[in-house]
Amino acid sequence: MLRTALRNLLAHKARLLMTALAVLLGTAFVSGTLVFSDSVGSAFRNRTAKSLDDVAVSVTAGGGPADTGRLDARAAAAVRAVPGVTRVRPSVHGTVTVADRDGNPAGREWGSQGANYSPDDGGKDGKDSRYPLRTGRGPSAPDEVALDARTAERTGARLGGTVRLAVDGPVITKKLVGTVGTDDPRVESGGSLALFDTRTAQQLLGTKGEFTELVVSAAPGTDQDALAAKVRAALPQGLQAQSGKALAAEQSKVIDKETKSIRNTFLVFAGIALFVGVFIIANTFTMLIAQRTREIALLRAVGASRRQVVRSVLIEAGVLGLVASAVGFVLGLGIAVGLRSVLDANGASLPDGPLVIEPSAVLSALAVGTAVTVLAAWLPSRKAARIAPVEALSAVDQPAAPRSLVLRNAIGGVLTALGVAIMLYVTTIRDSSGLQTAMAGSALTLTGVIVLAPLLSRPFVALFGRLTARFSGVSGTLARRNALRNPRRTAATASALMIGLTLITGFTVVAISADRGVDRMGAQDLTADYKVTSTGFGGMSPEVARTLGGQPGVDAAVPIRMTGFTSHGAPAGLRTTNLGSLTKVTDLKVREGSLAAVRGTSVAVSDEYAEQRALRVGSSLPMEFYDGKKATARVAAVYAKNDVLSDALAAPSFVNPHLDKVLDQEVLVKAAPGASGDLPATLRKALGANPIMKIQSRDDLRRESAGNIDDVLYLMYGLLGMAVVIAVIGVVNTLAMSVFERTREIGMLRAIGLARAGVRSMVRLESVMIAMFGAVLGVGLGVFLAWSGGHLLRSSFPQYEMVVPWARIGVFLLLALAVGVLAAVWPARRAARLNVLESIGSQ
Amino acid sequence: MPAAAPPATPRARTVVARATALSKVYGHGETRVTALDSVSVEFHRAEFTAIMGPSGSGKSTLMHCMAGLDTVSSGSARIGDTELASLGDRQLTRLRRDKVGFVFQAFNLLPTLTALENITLPMDIAGRRPDPEWLGQIVTTLGLSGRLGHRPNQLSGGQQQRVAVARALTAKPEIIFADEPTGNLDSRSGAELLGFLAESVRALEQTVVMVTHDPVAASYADRVLFLADGRIVDELHRPTADAVLDRMRSLPGAHAPDPRS
Repeated sequence: MLRTALRNLLAHKARLLMTALAVLLGTAFVSGTLVFSDSVGSAFRNRTAKSLDDVAVSVTAGGGPADTGRLDARAAAAVRAVPGVTRVRPSVHGTVTVADRDGNPAGREWGSQGANYSPDDGGKDGKDSRYPLRTGRGPSAPDEVALDARTAERTGARLGGTVRLAVDGPVITKKLVGTVGTDDPRVESGGSLALFDTRTAQQLLGTKGEFTELVVSAAPGTDQDALAAKVRAALPQGLQAQSGKALAAEQSKVIDKETKSIRNTFLVFAGIALFVGVFIIANTFTMLIAQRTREIALLRAVGASRRQVVRSVLIEAGVLGLVASAVGFVLGLGIAVGLRSVLDANGASLPDGPLVIEPSAVLSALAVGTAVTVLAAWLPSRKAARIAPVEALSAVDQPAAPRSLVLRNAIGGVLTALGVAIMLYVTTIRDSSGLQTAMAGSALTLTGVIVLAPLLSRPFVALFGRLTARFSGVSGTLARRNALRNPRRTAATASALMIGLTLITGFTVVAISADRGVDRMGAQDLTADYKVTSTGFGGMSPEVARTLGGQPGVDAAVPIRMTGFTSHGAPAGLRTTNLGSLTKVTDLKVREGSLAAVRGTSVAVSDEYAEQRALRVGSSLPMEFYDGKKATARVAAVYAKNDVLSDALAAPSFVNPHLDKVLDQEVLVKAAPGASGDLPATLRKALGANPIMKIQSRDDLRRESAGNIDDVLYLMYGLLGMAVVIAVIGVVNTLAMSVFERTREIGMLRAIGLARAGVRSMVRLESVMIAMFGAVLGVGLGVFLAWSGGHLLRSSFPQYEMVVPWARIGVFLLLALAVGVLAAVWPARRAARLNVLESIGSQ
Repeated sequence: MPAAAPPATPRARTVVARATALSKVYGHGETRVTALDSVSVEFHRAEFTAIMGPSGSGKSTLMHCMAGLDTVSSGSARIGDTELASLGDRQLTRLRRDKVGFVFQAFNLLPTLTALENITLPMDIAGRRPDPEWLGQIVTTLGLSGRLGHRPNQLSGGQQQRVAVARALTAKPEIIFADEPTGNLDSRSGAELLGFLAESVRALEQTVVMVTHDPVAASYADRVLFLADGRIVDELHRPTADAVLDRMRSLPGAHAPDPRS
């Protein structure tokens, strides 16, 4: 039977091409993901290993009781005295933002590093081996700085020139004395590095006289763990020592976790693509077996058992799956490379490294591809087993009457009803606890509709056929009849497309609704024109608001100081601000009491908080501040929930005494009527072109949150695109098979006078009907699932309200139409080119 | 033996199709096969012609060339005044649609269409409405009245072939070509179908050309052309099955087929 299976495979290679392509693409996706994550993981690991190369032991503060030990020169001396230690490098690091020519940050926010330049062994040769010099020398005086070469290039700074930078306050300037290289991944992937002499670094980044880390080196071959224990013993209380090996292992674990989460996300989409492929494989084998009925009956007649027939079909599927998976794996390598450049182009900045092909990736890709193909061919193979030997003798080549759909419809009806019921129940859930339920309900509904698709295809095709009948004439009628001829086949082909479109539509509706919600959030409460924040820790000195308020074109600059309190053990947000001009920057609706009464120990609370705590004007509210002091406030006003103001609002005189440092987290700027469009530039200049200051217009703010949603949405489109491509291949496949099956019919039609164009349009219309059926089902289902599932977002995201993006859905449907037309190009051409005489005479 | 067609009244013998020195050559060099070797023949209105000959004699090729299904190597094939050799695919398709009717040995009907839809298919392709009176006449003549709503798989083999004949007749073509129309039928259904074909020639004044290797089938025709090696070697008018069989036996290099009845 093996030989029969292989012969069949070879005989039908053209017809199996599309199926192989479906398997191939799915496997390519899987293997691409695996190879990509392995490669990126290994590149990350190599890099950390390299940066930990000369770290035998690392000593850091922390790990002790609250008041931690001082990591100072004494501690360093103690460590140096430990036998086996060859060198101790005291290191200081933190966040330093370097300004580019326009006063904007030169590197990414999370990659803006600052550190000390600490020459090896107390500066015998004056060089720090961590930061090999490219030009100039290392900084050694308080007014000197060195930059990593890339940042220096980006900012256009020259040796001897000034560099403008900021740590957590106003801009400071230093003289550039050198440029260095670094293998710090945060810097390499788009950050920046500024180096100072140790004392200056301590001043800028930490407490005077203390270090962030002591990097201990040892002779090669030293037992790091033993050395760490010895160092630990020598350290004062409150400091901890970890071996380089342990650090590497820890980081490696973090890297694994991160690459695994990327990998799993991609694998979900690869799984969807493969699932879509199942429909195509199953369709193909069903058709092949139908075409081969007589041949299989003959095999049965000459003594092949049912089991042998099944096995033969499964072997055929297995070999096909294996070959396609192997090719798919090779293609997957290309995807792995492409994925990296796509992510790099989107700013992911992955470390460079060779493509890593783990044997497990090869094995899983081949196993998954083969298993999916065999599994998909299993049902059709059962059908082959049911072919009776006597069918070999029947003269009439009439395809067996299609099996009844009653059972299938019943099952589909039950599944769909159950799924819809669950989703309707989900709409009543008011928090995110229903996520699992919603996913189960969605899967159930989708499965139900797939099972029901043959039933649904009838009315759809009939209706669609009626719409097109007017201008498509007899070709339209024939196409409609052909599409209805085998509802299972039409449904399976359309289902493949439906799955992709359901997900795409669902994601689109939720994302666009969320986008509008974010929009509304920004527009609802904020009436200021600009929001000024600092990327440094803590916030901005009150000076900033005063400076901004004095600029021409500024109506008001209102500082928002954020803190919090607990009341009866429950935490709540507290804001204080310049109460007089607050209403200029936020749309504050006072429901009860008066804002003017908020002074002394009186506070205003949001209506939501008031309801939670059963407060009203005149109630007293016990508060415990972050400094541990307690006070009892009186509620003087209740305002409608407001995102700018959080739960409670109090006068600065009440709040300030409880703050560690009096800093503002935001300054909201209202432009004066008729202010010039250059206001942001004016503000930036007024703040000394400080790179840590962020000045965002309302549009910027909106884009900041919306931009993310858009990126995610486009990534989804890209990932789901593969499933759609496979579905399109499925349409091509079904049409090509149908054309093959109907060769004689087409020959006869041509003989009695149907022109080539008519044949083409017949095939094309059938294709469009299938594609539109899948698209309409998918879009409808996607909107329904997004509507019902979207209710879960309401609690955490009250501004969420479903928006149906009709324009985009229209685009989806148009694309489906185009897909239908495109998928038909090749099969239609084949059909039209058939030789009339040969077709009529063919078997 | 079924009754032969009644003696044709000597009407004006209009020629509806004509082959002049028609040749058809397949392949070239070593594999060159001459399927038709300078055949000249005329088909007249309201005449039922059978073309007979052993397999490979060129009888099917002659029919295909005359029907515009196959191209001609040399010579001329005309339907009415139209020279087929001068037509492109589009015009040939149009000619088949409007001027020619076909009945094949098997697989004449689209399984997705009802009997009536199959009958009117050429008209639908042309975008014309069938003449209801004519349609009714055909349906009645062929005894299909009760079967028009059925799908092909609900019809017997004989009924399917009758639907095919009805389809060939509806567009009132110049000429109908039938390729072994009884080949897949049992003898009773076959006889019935041949009776209908003869009837459509006699009563509906249609022109039918039928390729067959069955002498009994040929005996329904008004005349029988005998082909061998791509040439017309004999002709018989108002034949009987026995006469046909005799002629077949005497054809050069041919063995007579088994009579099926």
